[in-house]
Amino acid sequence: MRIECPLCGSRDRREFYYAGHASALERPDPAASAEIWDNYLHIRENLAGVTNDLWHHETGCGAWLVVTRDTVSHAVLLARLAKRDKK
Amino acid sequence: MRIAGKGLIDRDSVLNFTFNNKLYQGFEGDTLASALLANDQMLIGRSFKYHRPRGIMTAGSEEPNGLVTVQRGRTQEPNTRATVQQLYEGLVARPQNAWPSLKYDFLGINDLLSPFLAAGFYYKTFMWPKAFWERVYEPIIRRAAGLGELAEAYDHDLYEKAFAHCDVLVIGAGPSGLMAAITAARAGLDVILADESNRLGGRLLSEVEEVDGVTGRIWADAILVELARLSNVRIMTNTTVTGAYDQGTYGALERVAHHMHLSPEGLPLETFWRIAARKAVLCAGALERQIAFPNNDRPGIMTASAMRTYLNRYGVSPGQKIAIFGNNSDAHRTARDFVEAGVEVVAMIDCRQEVLAIGNYTVYAGAEVVGTSGRLGLKAVTIRHNGALKTIECDALGVSGGWNPSVHLTCHMNGRPVWNKDIASFVPQDGAVPGLSVAGAAAGEMSTTGALAQGYAMAQAIARDLGKRPKSFDLPLASEGPYEITPFWDVDGKGRAWLDFQNDVTTKDIKQAAQENFRSVEHMKRYTTQGMATDQGKNSNVNALAVLADATGRGIPETGTTTFRPPYIPVAMAALGAGGHAKGFAPERFLTSDAATQELKAPMIEAGLWYRPSYFPQLGETHWRQSCDREAKMVRKTVGICDVSTLGKIDIQGPDAAEFLDFLYINSVASLKVGKVRYGLMLREDGHVMDDGTCARLGEHYYLITTTTAAAGQVMRHMDFVHQALRSDLDVSFTSVTEHWAQFAVAGPAARDLLNGILTHTITDKTFPFMGCGAVQVGGVDGRLFRISFSGEHAYELAVPAGYGDSLFRLLLDQAAGMGGGPYGMEALNVLRIEKGFITHAEIDGRTTAFDIGMAQMISDKKDCIGKTMAARPGLIGPERDQLVGLKPVDAIKKIIPGAHLFETGAEPIRQNDQGYVTSMCYSPTIKSFIAQAFLRDGRNRIGQTIKMVEHLSGVSTLCEVCDPVFFDPEGGRLRG
Ligand SMILES: [Zn+2]
Repeated sequence: MRIECPLCGSRDRREFYYAGHASALERPDPAASAEIWDNYLHIRENLAGVTNDLWHHETGCGAWLVVTRDTVSHAVLLARLAKRDKK
Repeated sequence: MRIAGKGLIDRDSVLNFTFNNKLYQGFEGDTLASALLANDQMLIGRSFKYHRPRGIMTAGSEEPNGLVTVQRGRTQEPNTRATVQQLYEGLVARPQNAWPSLKYDFLGINDLLSPFLAAGFYYKTFMWPKAFWERVYEPIIRRAAGLGELAEAYDHDLYEKAFAHCDVLVIGAGPSGLMAAITAARAGLDVILADESNRLGGRLLSEVEEVDGVTGRIWADAILVELARLSNVRIMTNTTVTGAYDQGTYGALERVAHHMHLSPEGLPLETFWRIAARKAVLCAGALERQIAFPNNDRPGIMTASAMRTYLNRYGVSPGQKIAIFGNNSDAHRTARDFVEAGVEVVAMIDCRQEVLAIGNYTVYAGAEVVGTSGRLGLKAVTIRHNGALKTIECDALGVSGGWNPSVHLTCHMNGRPVWNKDIASFVPQDGAVPGLSVAGAAAGEMSTTGALAQGYAMAQAIARDLGKRPKSFDLPLASEGPYEITPFWDVDGKGRAWLDFQNDVTTKDIKQAAQENFRSVEHMKRYTTQGMATDQGKNSNVNALAVLADATGRGIPETGTTTFRPPYIPVAMAALGAGGHAKGFAPERFLTSDAATQELKAPMIEAGLWYRPSYFPQLGETHWRQSCDREAKMVRKTVGICDVSTLGKIDIQGPDAAEFLDFLYINSVASLKVGKVRYGLMLREDGHVMDDGTCARLGEHYYLITTTTAAAGQVMRHMDFVHQALRSDLDVSFTSVTEHWAQFAVAGPAARDLLNGILTHTITDKTFPFMGCGAVQVGGVDGRLFRISFSGEHAYELAVPAGYGDSLFRLLLDQAAGMGGGPYGMEALNVLRIEKGFITHAEIDGRTTAFDIGMAQMISDKKDCIGKTMAARPGLIGPERDQLVGLKPVDAIKKIIPGAHLFETGAEPIRQNDQGYVTSMCYSPTIKSFIAQAFLRDGRNRIGQTIKMVEHLSGVSTLCEVCDPVFFDPEGGRLRG
C-alpha cells in the first residue's frame, strides 16, 4: 500500500502510523454530554466503502494526514493534511 | 541424451555435479534438470503421498515433481526445483521423499494401500478414537508428510531486502515482455524488466521459429543489447515477481547466488524486492497443462513444450523414442522439432479427428493414450485408435492438454479470471489489478506475432498515459502457425489418472468429492488437497475444474476457479523477513557512557532498544543485590552518577508554546517561571495517564520537556497530533532532541560539592534552588543543569551535547570517586524511586488514571487539557478504583512478587475476591525491608490495614501492611537540602 503524502510524495505504508477514523479531529466541547464524548472516543462506523482515516507520516515529515480510501477496493483516493481540515 | 548441434549451452565449459551420491557432468547453461536428463537420469524423486517414482515434468518454476535438496556449504535447501536450479561446478543435490533409496522406497507401500488413502482419508480414518490423534496418528502422519527436510541447523546464508521504483514494471521477458520493455524504454520511461530465467527471451529460447527474419533467440539477444545500453532500463534476471499489491506495489524474489557454489562474502543468497511501479505489464506467458490418462505420472512423461525446451535450449532429448500426445496444434511443434533434430518420433497421438502434420512423423488422429508401462521410467504407451488398442514402445512422452495463461498476478487483488472458449482456458479479467495491463500469452494471445503486437500496444498506451509522446515503429512478425485446440481433459480407463502430481490427487478423487457433495470448487480443493502443494495447482487446477464440472454436470465457467494468492512461487521466510532477525529485529541504542560502563564490567539491561547498566559490580561482590544495595546507600550517603540520557527530550519553541503545553499537561505550565522546572502529567483523551516527565522553561517562549524512555515516540506522535489536528491555531514548533544531549543524574548529599568541582561557575542554593534550571559551563562546554531528583536526594541532571557525553561521564566518575561516591545502575535507580513512591510505566501502564496515582488534584480547573473531561467520568474516580499504595511484608514470609494479586486476609484468593495487584518491588537497604508499590481497591483509605498478596504461579502468600507509597523522607527535606 502507498500513500501520497502532500509534502513528501508517494510513500510506502511502512512509513506511516495508522490512527483510526478522522472523526478524531472533531473534538467535542469540554462541557459536551457524556454521550457525545463517548461517541467521539469509542464509537466508530466501520463501513465497507469509502472512509477517512488518520495516518501519521511518522518516519517521514511528521505530518498527520486525512487519507480517503476505499476499504473494499483498497484504492487510496486522496491524502490531505489534517491541519488544513481545521482552517 | 545430448543432441549434437542443439541448445544454448556452452559445450566447452564442463561442470561436474553430484546427484543421489553419483557424479555427473553437464555444461554451462544447463539447469540441474536438463543436465540430469542429458545423463538419462529420468527418476528424480518420489511423490508425496503414494511415493510413486517421478521425473521431470516441466522446464520452469511450476515444476511439481523435480524437487531436490541442494547442499550448499553448511546449509541445505530443500524443495529446490531442479528445473530452475542453474548448474554450477560442484553442485550437490539429493532426492527427497525416498527411504531408504530412490529405487527402493519403503513408503512405496502407500501406493499399494491407495484404495484406503483416497480423498478425505484424513477426515474419515483418523477421526477416532479421539485419544489416538495426538499419540498415534499425528506422529505417523508427520513423519510421512512434508516435502523435503530442513537442515535443523542455523541458516548461515545471507538474505536481503530491497526497494525499487519505476514507471513501468514489465513482468516476464518473452516476446510480449521484450516488446513492452523496449517500447517503454524508447519512449523514455524508467523500466524494470524482471524475468525468472537467467536469460531473457522466454519461450523464444525454446522455439525454432523466426521473429523479424531471424531465429527468435537472436531477435531476443538484439533487443537485450539495446535494453542493456539504456540507462533508464534495469534488467532483473533470476527474478520472479511473486505478488501484486495495493497502489502498484509488487513483490519480487531475486535468486542472487543460487547458481554459485560458494557465494562471495556479503552476497545474499536471495533478495526480496518491493517494487513500486506506476504501471506494470504482465507478460508472464502461459503454462502448458497435462491430460489426465491412466498412469500418466511415470518418469519420462512431461509436457510437450518442456520437451521442446530441453531440445532447443539445452540440446537434450529426454528419450530415444519419443511419443507425443495432445489435443492442439502446438504439440505438433514438438514432434516436428525432434524429427528435425534426428530423434526418432514414434507417434503423434492427437485426440482431434482432423489433424495436419507439420513434419515427417506418424500421426494417430482421433486417438488417446489409455495406459503406460515402466516401473521406474516409461517403457511403452497403450493407445486407443479407431476402436483398437495398440501398444507403442517409447521412453519419453510429451503431453499437451493446451495452454493456461499465467493469470495468477491478476487474481492477487480478488480478480476472477474469465473463461475463454477459443483457447479453452481462463484469461485475466480486465482491470483486475489497477495499473496492471496484460499482454501476450498471459492475456490469452497465443501467437508470437500477436504477443509482440500486444506488448507494443500496452507499452505505447502506458507511455501516453504517463505523459510521453512515444514514436511508433514497425512491428516484427513471427513465423509460427495458428493455435488450434479442442478441449480434452481426461481419459477413461483402468488405473489412476493424476491431476495434482505434488499432492497425488487423481481424477477419481475429484469424482469422489463430487459424489460426496463437495461440489463447490473451494470444498473440492480442501477435501482432496488439489492445488494445495507448493506448485499451488499451476499444473493441474484447470484440469481438476474440468473434471469437477463434468462430474457435477456443469460447465467450467459455472464451476468457477479457486483463488490464486501470492506468492506466485514459494518464497523462503528468510527472504521475506530479511534484515528482520537478531539486531535487525531489535536495533541497539547505546549511551554515550557505554564504553566507560563496559570498562567497569556493568551487566547491561535492555530498556526498549537502549542498553543501560544494571549495576556496577565491585571486587568481592558476588550477587547483584550486594551491588545494588551498596549503590542505593551510596546515593543516600554521598553521591551517585547515573546516565539518564534515554529519557525523551523535546525542544519546544514559539509564542504559543506555553498555551500548547497547558493543553497537553493536566497541570499549569504557563505559570512556570523562566529558569524553573515542573513535574508534568499527560493524559490520553480517554482520561488515562499517557506519560509523565519534567518541563523546564528555558526562556519566555522556550521549553524543554522530558518523557519516559518508553513513551518518547508515543508522546512525540501525540504532540504532533494535538498541534496539527486540534490546535493548529497555535504558533509553536517542536522537535525531538533526545539524541542531541547526554544527560547525567548527579544525586546525593554531596551532589553540589561534586558539581562545583567541575563547573566553570560555582552554583549555590540561590542560583540553582530545588526545581531550578539554567545554562552552565563545564570544561569550556556549554551545558544545561536541572535541579531535579528521581531519587529523593539533593540531585541534579547535567546535560551536555552528546559528543561530550563520554568525557563528562568519566569526569563525573573521577570526581565522585574522590568523595566516596560512584556510578549507579538501573537496579539502584529503581530502589531509590520505589522508596520515594515515584512511578514508572510499571504503574502508569495505560489503565491507570491521575486519580489512581493520587494526582487528581493536579488537574488544573483553570483550563482545558487533553483527557480532562474524561478523567472526571464516573468509573474513573472513586472508591471502586484501584489506587496506588505502598506495601511492606509484616509476617515471617517476606516475598513480594510484582504481578501478584491482593486479597482480604480472610478471603479465598480467587478472581472474584480480587482487590488489586503489585506493580513494583525491591529490597530497600534504607528501610531494611522489602517494599512494593501496588494498586489496591480504595487503597488510600486503607493505609495501615493488612492485606494478603497471593501469587498462584509460585504458590507464595504474603501478609503485607498497606502503606503510604512514599516510604522515605515524606516531607522531602533531603530534596531541598
Ligand atoms: Zn510526509
